[in-house]
Amino acid sequence: MADTNWTTLLEVRDLSMHFPLNDSLTRRMRRKQVDVLRAVDGVDLTVARGEALGLVGESGCGKSTLGRCIVGLYEPTGGQVLVDGQELPSRREPADRRRLQMVFQDPYSSLNPRMTVHQAIGELLRVHNVVPRNRVDERCRELLDLVGLPPSALDAFPRQFSGGQRQRISIARALALEPEILIADEPVSALDVSVQATVLNLLSDLRQRLGLTMLFIAHNMAVVRHVCDRVAVMYLGRIVELASGDELFSNPRHPYTQALLRAVPRIAPGHATQRDAVTGDPPSPVNLPPGCRFNPRCPRAADVCRVEDPPLERRGEHAAACHFAWSDPGREP
Amino acid sequence: MSLAEPILSVRDLRVEIPTPHGVVKAVDGIDLDVPRGSALGLVGESGCGKTMTLRAIMGLLPGRAHISGGEVVFDGTALSPDSLGRLRGDSIGMVFQEPMTALNPVMRVGDQIAEGPRVRLGQSARVSRERALDLLRLVGIPDPERRYRAYPHELSGGLRQRVVIAIALASSPQLLLCDEPTTALDVTIQDQILHLLARLRAEMGLSQVLVTHDLAVVAQNCERVAVMYAGRIVETGTVAEVFGSPRHPYTRALLRSVPDFDDRRAQLESIAGMPPDLITPPSGCRFHPRCDMAHPDCASVDPPLKALGPGRGTACRYHEELARSG
Repeated sequence: MADTNWTTLLEVRDLSMHFPLNDSLTRRMRRKQVDVLRAVDGVDLTVARGEALGLVGESGCGKSTLGRCIVGLYEPTGGQVLVDGQELPSRREPADRRRLQMVFQDPYSSLNPRMTVHQAIGELLRVHNVVPRNRVDERCRELLDLVGLPPSALDAFPRQFSGGQRQRISIARALALEPEILIADEPVSALDVSVQATVLNLLSDLRQRLGLTMLFIAHNMAVVRHVCDRVAVMYLGRIVELASGDELFSNPRHPYTQALLRAVPRIAPGHATQRDAVTGDPPSPVNLPPGCRFNPRCPRAADVCRVEDPPLERRGEHAAACHFAWSDPGREP
Repeated sequence: MSLAEPILSVRDLRVEIPTPHGVVKAVDGIDLDVPRGSALGLVGESGCGKTMTLRAIMGLLPGRAHISGGEVVFDGTALSPDSLGRLRGDSIGMVFQEPMTALNPVMRVGDQIAEGPRVRLGQSARVSRERALDLLRLVGIPDPERRYRAYPHELSGGLRQRVVIAIALASSPQLLLCDEPTTALDVTIQDQILHLLARLRAEMGLSQVLVTHDLAVVAQNCERVAVMYAGRIVETGTVAEVFGSPRHPYTRALLRSVPDFDDRRAQLESIAGMPPDLITPPSGCRFHPRCDMAHPDCASVDPPLKALGPGRGTACRYHEELARSG
């Protein structure tokens, strides 16, 4: 899976996205402190060519913001995004935008309701000069075929499709620009399970056929397990653990990952627990706790955790940001 | 457990919604039994009628939807529009999906909990306030004195859902109807809320109906399960029976379409086609156009829910073939 021979295609270096809150001229003139929401706070990531990296975490952990920074929808407040070793400016040129495309969560709001499928995809093909003008229609049909929709869908409006079909249209639209990297932000969480399966199968299939590199953002651990080679776990704007899917799910080192995995309900019998996997709610990303961000909820927290923020420490292909990730395996909670 | 009289039984319940295009038969003749002190899971995909069933029981059907037939018997009494007014929010409590919209945004959460006991049970302001504080403690809200004065927007999603549960518990109901109680929540918070529901069941003997689309939530939290498809119940039984050896092709297909991280498969099996239109449902078995083992006569014969044993039923006429094929 995480083969070291793979070449890095996407690299994120120390990326931060801080949103100022209650910022106003009067506050500034009175020299009042402006609160800052640290949605993404120093993230390093690499994604190899042809790899699917999963990004999991609970709502508000910054996973979608990270995806949006990478694709260029937000201008990050710090750090760099590199594709193939070249830094992409935060204000992207059309040529840069073509390299990274995104599939959004909600197929009901991410398609223009007044444009037919042909108009939506055709516009992109023309603006970016992907194919000569006289081949636009042909290319639209090819793209629909790629995602398993009939050519008759071209002249229909989004409202005429079901959720799963709309998500196929979103995928076709993202693929129209022949991107190297596809960022899928919760592409199946708005869909029913039976439909979810068809979209997940389509994404796996497209990855193999087109050699796509994928950043797959999701909160559903089982879905990520199914789709991705490697998985990164985010908590309050930081990556707390990163490993291959098999390794992460069988041998989680960070107490947060362990809690997440315990909390996921399973169909197979014998997994029901009596105790809560983790107590309390995540702290606000405006007032972060000192030391390790997970310490107020962590069953293993020691004094050092309340003072010192643990870095993401690597052991081979497995990395975890916990003071006790490697040193104390006997202290499983 | 199954010998005792069920706390709730539903017989041949039908819900219709008139629309300009025709009448939608959202719920089309379903039977349900909820044993005392246990949890029944009602699962199915969006639009299968599971929420409509719950709302029909509670008498909270939206818009022009109405009950067009059948009966609901709660604790030995048949529910009617009259008796429902007394039982709703008294003997039967309801927990809604979206805790932010279920709560009044401009009223302190403590007052929202105390409102039930004060208005319905005629308790004084002081007594109902004490009751609300007890309930806040019961549902595991830390620092209840302070939280009593909070507004819903000041609370996290998990705490809000605990408040919604506290409101439902205010008049000590015997039955709690939960409509997707954890769908809007994160997985660690979902885990906390499901443990809370399990504790209420164990400690207070509170019977529950859990409507959800998440098979795993039902697998871990319910004793019995009913699978709904296109307004009908297609399979019932204990969780172990239904999920362990499904006897309806729809249940089997649903189970195979869910990614499970205990068992990583190369391809998920999907269910071909789309759920049917409930204005003109398919003839015969409603699942036959999407069924991978449909026989020619499935298109003409409408199969009833047939008993396979006590509390175990399937609406597939070829369930024995299904059991053999595994």
